Amino acid sequence: MIHYNLIIIGGGPAGLSAAKVAAESGLSSLIIERDYKLGGQLVKQTHMFFGSEKQYAKTRGINIAEILIDDVLKYQDFIEIMVNTTAVGLYPDNVVTILQKDRYQKLSFDSLIIATGASEKFLAFENNDLPGIYGAGAVQTLMNVHGVLPGEKVVMIGSGNIGLIVSYQLIQAGVNVVKVVEASSHIGGYKVHASKLKRLGVDIVVNHSIKQAIGKDHLEQVVIAKLDEKWNFIEGTEETIDVDALCISVGLNPLSNLLSMIGCEMKYIAALGGLVPVINHEHQTSLKNIYVAGDVCGVEEASSAIVEGHLTGLIASRDLGYQHPNYEELHKDFNDQLRNLRSGPFGKATIEGLKELRGESC
Amino acid sequence: MRIKEHPILELTEAKKLVFIYDGLEVYGFSGDTIASALHALGIRKLSHSIKHKRPRGFYCAIGNCASCNMIVDGIPNVRTCITELREGMVVQTQDNKGELYDTL
Amino acid sequence: MLKTTGVADKELVLTRFPSNETLVKPKAITECYEAIPCNPCSTSCPFDAIYIGEDINTPPQVDFEKCTGCGICVYNCPGLAIFTVQTIEDQARFKIPYELLPYPQVGETWHGVNRAGEIVCDGFIEKVSLSDRQDKTALIQVLIPLQYLHDFVTIRRQKDE
Repeated sequence: MIHYNLIIIGGGPAGLSAAKVAAESGLSSLIIERDYKLGGQLVKQTHMFFGSEKQYAKTRGINIAEILIDDVLKYQDFIEIMVNTTAVGLYPDNVVTILQKDRYQKLSFDSLIIATGASEKFLAFENNDLPGIYGAGAVQTLMNVHGVLPGEKVVMIGSGNIGLIVSYQLIQAGVNVVKVVEASSHIGGYKVHASKLKRLGVDIVVNHSIKQAIGKDHLEQVVIAKLDEKWNFIEGTEETIDVDALCISVGLNPLSNLLSMIGCEMKYIAALGGLVPVINHEHQTSLKNIYVAGDVCGVEEASSAIVEGHLTGLIASRDLGYQHPNYEELHKDFNDQLRNLRSGPFGKATIEGLKELRGESC
Repeated sequence: MRIKEHPILELTEAKKLVFIYDGLEVYGFSGDTIASALHALGIRKLSHSIKHKRPRGFYCAIGNCASCNMIVDGIPNVRTCITELREGMVVQTQDNKGELYDTL
Repeated sequence: MLKTTGVADKELVLTRFPSNETLVKPKAITECYEAIPCNPCSTSCPFDAIYIGEDINTPPQVDFEKCTGCGICVYNCPGLAIFTVQTIEDQARFKIPYELLPYPQVGETWHGVNRAGEIVCDGFIEKVSLSDRQDKTALIQVLIPLQYLHDFVTIRRQKDE
């Protein structure tokens, strides 16, 4: 069994950032990534990022991915990378089991950072399993990574930032976005994204949701309808729309299964996206030497995932005796960055969610 | 359908990769996953539900939902959305839960 | 309105515009009404004309004394929420961000479109720039009738009929 000082599960913004700071601290690590390439979901983000310069604001996500990957590749002697590798098991004796193609292996570690991210939530409606119904993020991958269009005519369910951004990117790729459908009484994401769509003539409707998908072997039509205050469909408000693709963008679920498996204390916190590990202010779980960073411990923007990765890499290194030369300064800076990113109305859910998670009063 | 021009993405000429899909010789390009190549060919049904055989397609693109699992080079339950396409791959629709090595 | 449709109503839009006298010189209009964590407009301005401050959730404020209407913030805004505008007699000259293909060509007339996506006027394309530092966000200089100063927000290609 091969032993590593630090294993990082997930090669997205959080995992890459953690590996970089760990390497700067003098600690070597292994990154395990189930995709065939690093970068996580940044590799499909063709839009410029928000935030401030420290989180690469105004740089397109695809370019941020390149920057983070380059940073990691600079530390070749410190950072080992395994792509096409899925972590399938986690055991209390500091062992992680991995699957590489059809090869099953055991690895041991001193510390572990779980940065597995999140997956798109699904929605219950008739025929929701028809081909042609996609997660909005999946469509973004299909278009922006592989250059393949999901269809010609699309309806988007959900007006959070992902729904709005992917709608805009569908239009950039030449797809007709017929409608953005939002169940709540107001648009969920940044209004600048909504305004961008609106001026292109995209219809955004609130208090509506999808009732049914129609099609034999693949999606042909969707039926949307108006919702009452209790989110029940109002009879007679149904509208049938011809489409060949439907995107679902109704939020993300933290991919926290591995943490449940190893017996970390978990809590369901709606504001953080679902079942998340209980963590202290140092991103440490209830189990010693198991840390988390990024969406797995609360769904946010990728900017926060980058900073959380930096912070967690810094702390995990310190705990193994590899204190970064600028530890104090960086520790304060990373925490300040997170506070700044979360201090507005869009960060409120995260702040309250984290308080609930830690059992602190709001 | 593939994107031909794009204001942000730099679309570069990719290498054609021939592969076998359910006995047919088809092609995709370097940079494709198996699922994206099939999608570009208009093949939207990648698998089906085990009991009712309802068609299933591409859904999550992160190797999480199992909706795109297929038999690739004899190995069942391959997540085609995160598996890079390679020249000569043999890709088949899977009919069962996937008996390991049952096709070898 | 903005919360339910994505369209800023006129009153809100007017809060971002200086007087028409000020607009004889080009000025940046920041249509960023919400507290979101973002500050590239402020940090990219070479004239220190856009203020956000320590808390990056503060919506930007333009100092129209300092703003030269250079347009650097226009392509640096991740929300594509900034344009510059200048009044020239009975016309208004806008510099807008544009990220769709095909790009307009100088000398063409395109539709002028309002915040709700409706065609309101003609827009004459004066200049199209796309340098490396713009990172794929084109800047389109377009001339429209002055009366649509507070309505116009983007352009749309006229369909070949």
